[in-house]
Amino acid sequence: MIEVKMTVNGKAASGNVEGRTLLVQFLRENLNLTGTHVGCDTSQCGACVVHVNGEAVKSCTMLAVEANGAEVATIEGQAAPDGTLNTIQQAFQDHHGLQCGFCTPGMVMSAAALLKDNPKPTEADVRHYLDGNICRCTGYHNIVKAIMAASGQDVGTIAAE
Amino acid sequence: MPKDHGIGASSKRREDIRFLTGEGNYTDDINVNGQAYVYFLRSDVAHGTLNGVDTSAADSMPGVVRIFTGADFEAVGSIPCGWQVTDKHGEVMQEPRHPVLAHGKVRHVGEPIAAVVAETLEQARDAAEAIVLDISELPAVINMKDAVKAGAPKVHDDLTSNLCYDWGFVEENKGAVDQAFKDAAHVTTLELVNNRLVANPMEPRVAVGDYSRGTGDHTLFTTSQNPHVIRLLMGAFVLGIPEHKLRVVAPDVGGGFGTKIFHYQEEAFVTFAAKACNRAVKWTSSRSEAFMSDAHGRDHVTKIELALDKDNNFTALRTDTYANMGAYLSTFAPSVPTWLHGTLMAGNYKTPLIYVNVKAVFTNTVPVDAYRGAGRPEATYQLERLVDKAAHELKVDPIKLRRQNFITQFPYATPVAVEYDTGNYVATMDKLEEMADIAGFKKRREASEAKGKLRGFGVNCYIEACGIAPSNLVGQLGARAGLFESCTVRVNATGGLVVMTGSHSHGQGHETSFAQVVADMIGIPEDMVEIVHGDTANTPMGMGTYGSRSLAVGGSAMVRATEKIIAKAKKIASHLLEASEGDVELKDGAFTVAGTDKSVAWGDVTLAAYVPHNYPLEEIEPGLEETAFYDPSNFTYPSGAYACEVELDPETGQVTIERFSAADDFGNIVNPMIVTGQVHGGLAQGIGQALLENCAYDSDGQLLSASYMDYAMPRASDLPFYDVDHSCQTPCTHNPLGVKGCGEAGAIGSPPAVVNAVLDAMRSGGSKVDHVDMPVSPHRVWEAMQG
Repeated sequence: MIEVKMTVNGKAASGNVEGRTLLVQFLRENLNLTGTHVGCDTSQCGACVVHVNGEAVKSCTMLAVEANGAEVATIEGQAAPDGTLNTIQQAFQDHHGLQCGFCTPGMVMSAAALLKDNPKPTEADVRHYLDGNICRCTGYHNIVKAIMAASGQDVGTIAAE
Repeated sequence: MPKDHGIGASSKRREDIRFLTGEGNYTDDINVNGQAYVYFLRSDVAHGTLNGVDTSAADSMPGVVRIFTGADFEAVGSIPCGWQVTDKHGEVMQEPRHPVLAHGKVRHVGEPIAAVVAETLEQARDAAEAIVLDISELPAVINMKDAVKAGAPKVHDDLTSNLCYDWGFVEENKGAVDQAFKDAAHVTTLELVNNRLVANPMEPRVAVGDYSRGTGDHTLFTTSQNPHVIRLLMGAFVLGIPEHKLRVVAPDVGGGFGTKIFHYQEEAFVTFAAKACNRAVKWTSSRSEAFMSDAHGRDHVTKIELALDKDNNFTALRTDTYANMGAYLSTFAPSVPTWLHGTLMAGNYKTPLIYVNVKAVFTNTVPVDAYRGAGRPEATYQLERLVDKAAHELKVDPIKLRRQNFITQFPYATPVAVEYDTGNYVATMDKLEEMADIAGFKKRREASEAKGKLRGFGVNCYIEACGIAPSNLVGQLGARAGLFESCTVRVNATGGLVVMTGSHSHGQGHETSFAQVVADMIGIPEDMVEIVHGDTANTPMGMGTYGSRSLAVGGSAMVRATEKIIAKAKKIASHLLEASEGDVELKDGAFTVAGTDKSVAWGDVTLAAYVPHNYPLEEIEPGLEETAFYDPSNFTYPSGAYACEVELDPETGQVTIERFSAADDFGNIVNPMIVTGQVHGGLAQGIGQALLENCAYDSDGQLLSASYMDYAMPRASDLPFYDVDHSCQTPCTHNPLGVKGCGEAGAIGSPPAVVNAVLDAMRSGGSKVDHVDMPVSPHRVWEAMQG
């Protein structure tokens, strides 16, 4: 077993892991941060996206030991301390950008990374960026709409509801 | 003005808060103190004799608690099938035994053979690698038509053949149908494949079994759409556990789409193993396991024929379908190609004579069962492709041909045993034509052609049977279950309500929309109503969520229970108001006496029910809690018309969806935002089937599409913004809310529109092609265009 230490959502976290332990396992099993989900085993679905040192990372493709010393942000750290949703989370609720909620944490974390690099993405930009995040419920319509709305763009002309 | 609360309002979803903040409680988030983990060793061959399972080396590996094989399950029941179909000769279907772990034979890649329970998942997986399997491989049957040939290898040695049943519907009409074809002015024939799909909810299946020796109580946490059904099937038929000693909990469930209806071996295993090991046992499916163990969907091969008279009126329809059951009968598998498919073959048209033949076939593949739409997409696809082909052959406008043959009088009894209560197919087609801007298509095609591309336009209609189902009817058709729904409404002393429903939400937003209905009925804020679902310990026996039944059946039970609450509350209120019960009205959360200013608030009445000092105890009991069970008198029949516009690159065969319009009639609507979202998701799955998705086996029965690297899940960049309308509303006449159901429409209605549009584009480029099978991939399109 190897000891790893990292900062997760601004707080110091540590634990003992096997060399093969994935970052997502460490988050879910050692730290009980179960908001980060596992939807596949080939790094395709994106349900496990977190931020490592400010970059979007699929936490199923990174070993926990590789994140030693890193700053990690997960879905649990996105709302304000009083529970107020952040802009992206609120846009997802306002525009019905989620149904079963399973892909949602990864979608929100990917959206945050996109908007950091590209504050006013076009529809095509958003759809292209989300190629690594699969949703089976929404048909993506309201996810794309929510992300564009979160970027401050007027989405009123996009089809109803 | 749109409403801002209650029925008809796009209330924001309350469940979103926990899902958006990582606070959801999915089954894999549940851990029981002291739990062990199970890893299933699965067959890597499609068909073979299982001579032996040698666990001697694995048994002593680090962390191993116990290794189970098929021999451990000889005394337990078979995984049951919930529907028995009777064939065209009056014989019941062939029904094989379905073991928890393979015994004697393996019948599909992915079938569990051994189960290693260990302290950690990694230790279980490591030990599984040390198990030695002795399997003599046998020839596999994969192709359905090969499987029913004389001398084909048998999937089940104790059955007479690989034919599960040969179903004729309606058998008595066959002669008249055949005669109508002889008399026809024109006959259009089409052979097509409805491609095998994998439902792929983003949350893989998970099951955690727990057992208390102290109480003898079993608990199963599982990713299910219908926990009570699992409790009954597993308890009564597999493990012999009475329902009062078995609790099944399906907490937040990450999508279902049908594949989480069924009772699976892994659920029975963890429940059994928890008792055998005296500790909780947890199984979490990997996505790779999901591809080879979740029930698949569709997989029909069909020949369909339409007879028309000289005026292009449809006079008869005849179909011949092979439906893949896979290696075993999954829970509702036999019903899908029969009662959920044959009964829909009239579609939106007044075809007077219809005959449907379905041969259900066992093959060495994963079991096939209901997937979003279940039988209805298969019916719609073949019918709407056929009508389009007929229009092309007859050189008439496909919309005109459809309109000419629309059913326009309701109620309408079809020749395939169902009665549509309401509908207005002309109205949805009118709306669709407006939405799709058909007048502007010519210019859009010219613009595409100027870029060297082709552009095509396709439409289709659909009808579906939802609100499943009248129990007495389905009982006659072979269902081994009732299909009612239940609800208990508990009013607390301070006026808030807890609504315990037998329906289950796994993305549909019931916690919001169900609360809208109850709040509206009483006239109180929605946040005074809490919806509880998913736990057999605190909800009445319910049949769960599938077949777009939740609001139509579960919602009806909820309305009935709430009506009972209101009736009793009125009695209490009339006592408090010293008025005749008949003069008391409930409005906006207060009881008033007609024609006076006397009033008592909802909360005062509910408090009186639990503090019954001034209370008519001689007439009614204290407390305010009521239960209702609702059994529908008919199916509901949502319908609509869809249009798709595609652009096609003739150099590569690549198709892109440029516009998609959907005009649906769902009857009355409780939450338009949620309904629109349901249609969006269905459209993505239907477009995915049409363009991308295909579950493929090779001839040896190896699953070729067993990961997201190989199975083409629709991504955001594959799909457009959709134009969705549900303003055409013909309310259902036989349920209290007048609702029809919206969950499956998008998946049912979209594949034919896509394929019709692709064919239109190909023909505009000079191609003579009249059919391409789904998925209409670049390879298939390009190949077909080469002539």
